[in-house]
Amino acid sequence: MQIRPILAALRRHRMATVLIALEIALACAVLCNACFLIAGRIGAIQVDSGVDEASLATVQLAGYENAHAVDLNARVLAGLGSIPGVQSASLLNSIPFGARRGTAGITTDMAGKQFGGVVEFYVGGPGSLAALGTRLVAGRNPQPDDFRPFTALMPDDAPVQVTRALAEHLWPGADPLGKEFWLDKSHFRVVGVIDHLVRPDPGGWPGDSRDWSVFVPAQSSVYLSGSYLLRAAPRDLHRVLRDARAAIAKIAPDAVLDQDGTQTLGDLRTRSFQKDRAMIGMLVGVIVALLLVTALGIVGLASFWVAQRRRQIGIRRAIGATRRDILHYFQTENFLIVSFGIVLGMALAYALNLLLMTHYELPRLPLAYLPIGAIALWLLGQLAVLGPALRAAAVPPVVATRG
Amino acid sequence: MFGYYLDLALRSLKRNKVLTALMVIAIAVGIGASMTTLTVMHLLSGDPVPTRSGTLFYPQVDGNPTPGDFKQPLDVMDYQSAVDLWGARRADRQALVVDSPVRLSAPGVNLPALMPSMLSTTSDFFPMFDVPFRYGSGWSADDDARHARVAVISDDLNRKLFGGRDSVGQVLRLRDTDVRIVGVLQPWRPSPVFYTVAGGRFANGDTAEFYGKTQDVFTPFFTGLELNDGNFQQFTCWHMPERPGHLQNSPCAWVRLWVQLGDAGKVAAYRQFLDGYAAQQAALGRIVRPQNTRLRSLMQWLDYNGVVPGDVRLQTWLAFAFLAICLFNMIGLLLAKFLRRSGEIGVRRALGASRGAVFAQCLVEAGLVGLIGGIGGLGLTLLGLWLVRRQPVAYADLVHLDVSMFVATFVTAIAASLLAGVLPAFRASRVAPGLQLKSV
Repeated sequence: MQIRPILAALRRHRMATVLIALEIALACAVLCNACFLIAGRIGAIQVDSGVDEASLATVQLAGYENAHAVDLNARVLAGLGSIPGVQSASLLNSIPFGARRGTAGITTDMAGKQFGGVVEFYVGGPGSLAALGTRLVAGRNPQPDDFRPFTALMPDDAPVQVTRALAEHLWPGADPLGKEFWLDKSHFRVVGVIDHLVRPDPGGWPGDSRDWSVFVPAQSSVYLSGSYLLRAAPRDLHRVLRDARAAIAKIAPDAVLDQDGTQTLGDLRTRSFQKDRAMIGMLVGVIVALLLVTALGIVGLASFWVAQRRRQIGIRRAIGATRRDILHYFQTENFLIVSFGIVLGMALAYALNLLLMTHYELPRLPLAYLPIGAIALWLLGQLAVLGPALRAAAVPPVVATRG
Repeated sequence: MFGYYLDLALRSLKRNKVLTALMVIAIAVGIGASMTTLTVMHLLSGDPVPTRSGTLFYPQVDGNPTPGDFKQPLDVMDYQSAVDLWGARRADRQALVVDSPVRLSAPGVNLPALMPSMLSTTSDFFPMFDVPFRYGSGWSADDDARHARVAVISDDLNRKLFGGRDSVGQVLRLRDTDVRIVGVLQPWRPSPVFYTVAGGRFANGDTAEFYGKTQDVFTPFFTGLELNDGNFQQFTCWHMPERPGHLQNSPCAWVRLWVQLGDAGKVAAYRQFLDGYAAQQAALGRIVRPQNTRLRSLMQWLDYNGVVPGDVRLQTWLAFAFLAICLFNMIGLLLAKFLRRSGEIGVRRALGASRGAVFAQCLVEAGLVGLIGGIGGLGLTLLGLWLVRRQPVAYADLVHLDVSMFVATFVTAIAASLLAGVLPAFRASRVAPGLQLKSV
């Protein structure tokens, strides 16, 4: 296939060629970045919580008097524990994908100079870490006498479990067991490392920091009350939660059930990523519309060119060009235009990514997205041009002899 | 002449229906996408108090005693700074603001207790923010001083508890204190709920929550602090508060202050007063960064907090990139369409039509495509907004097409297609008459 005559012909339609190439370039830039955004959102939705979501639910109470908090805890734990099917009921201040009550900045020295980052403190009563079902990768789980009473917002001295991500962030390369950190004057010593325990609000945190969590064992207290974790077999869970909602009215008439916060962890998870799913839907919609419009543009312009060149095509056919030659001519022409567009589009995709990076704290566009965008547009171009090209190939040689 | 061009344009559009349909679809889809996102953007970035936002200001004093270089003061103030500034009464109006969840029941109403959010504020709040009342009114400065047991409730809560009738004089139990209702608001939905906006710069663009509903109960500031003592949430603390939930004289920032300043002179004077206060507190050793004060206007404060959610801004960018693609598409198609008629244009030119006339005629045709595309775009915009309303976001119920955006849809559609038409029309007007006549 001769490329030179095609280029010569395109030069005569410079403006239309440039327009289509520009359209392809813009489409390529938007396509690459939209795909990248979708991949980011999917990654966020699929975050590993590290807990047995399918077996867990939470009950959230509010509106009770602090003076009655410990008594309320005892009543509620006993009441929830006696619901048939409940494997365990325990206290836990923050809930993955739910209530967030332990977000605080820590330091790795007592004087409070070495800032270690903002982490999530999961303060939990006996049985809560076991109920969550986190996987221990080093050290030990909390022992019965680790759970101590406390009277401030946070226990002032406790042996804790930290996530692997947090350990690697605070002490890169070192053995985290035995290491210490502080929250204001409260002191914590690492005795165990768990694989994953996601923050309640992972969507708001970049990269590994969505897994920066600490488990602090503690006894029932004013500052560890009203937030309960239920564990049941997955098939019983919804029924158990329904029973729990009903039971609360009897066992805790002095408290107000937080209807919105009392959910299974599965439902909480779905809800916390609803926005991301909506955004994915919107991005997919944009991509589809974009490809459609681009394809229609190619169809329109190619049809115009075919109509315009009917006589030339007839002449070529009359002097010996096969139908296949004509078909290939238009396909090659489209391939060339789309290729110009893609080259420009890759630069544009990169520029668009830089713009997004400055405004939305997005990571850099991985180079792998560029060939994906290129292949998609090449395929689209070939598909779109096929119809007009076939029509061109069907032009009979006799056209050359007419007026 | 315009009528004639319109007639020509209609004929030309009818002649090649497929090409016309392609152009109309392209412009309609582009306009639909961009006007949907633009409408959401317009609603979320609008002025929540259009009547007087120019006179509302948000003073900040940096109460954090930790030494170090902090570029910005804390988003909210510590109790003492806020109450001192409020007590000085140097502005036309001033209101302290703090919100907390409170247990609420209504004796005589057969409903389980609720946990609504309570806004504790001072009497200037209602006149200052132009809050509309359905029944009764706000409370007086005297009520503030006496820690009066009174409350104003939202229209929502009034419907829920009292079926929407005049409930002024009824009693509510907030935790274990009885308060008397003195006012019921009309439906009031400032977007965002600007007076509690703070911390937006830490939200990573996830700011949809700023656009939720207002609080359901409003009580005098000090009354609220007393009756809900132990249930207050800090914005941040530099040390653990001694009694969590009780934040007066704690090392925490948790109170907001809003002031109304009628003219530029008053703004300058208040700025001076604010600096003077910070300097005086620094002399007392309570504040370490006295120069770190701010007096932002309402809109500056919203801007600083980046209240428009990141997703919405991203969608707007995307939609406009998409519109640009649709326009390129349309330029190409118009070019094809006009040049296909080179023969006809040649005849017109030979018969005496000027280049300008041909140019104008082509533009009329492009504008007509824009108008038809705009009608389609309006339908798609309504569809898009309907989709947005079904999204699980706090601002979903706010989303609607107002008159200005309705007009903007057509203006954008026609402007975009005229813009797209300029280049093809110019090319068409350069058609050489002689050359074309030969081949006719």
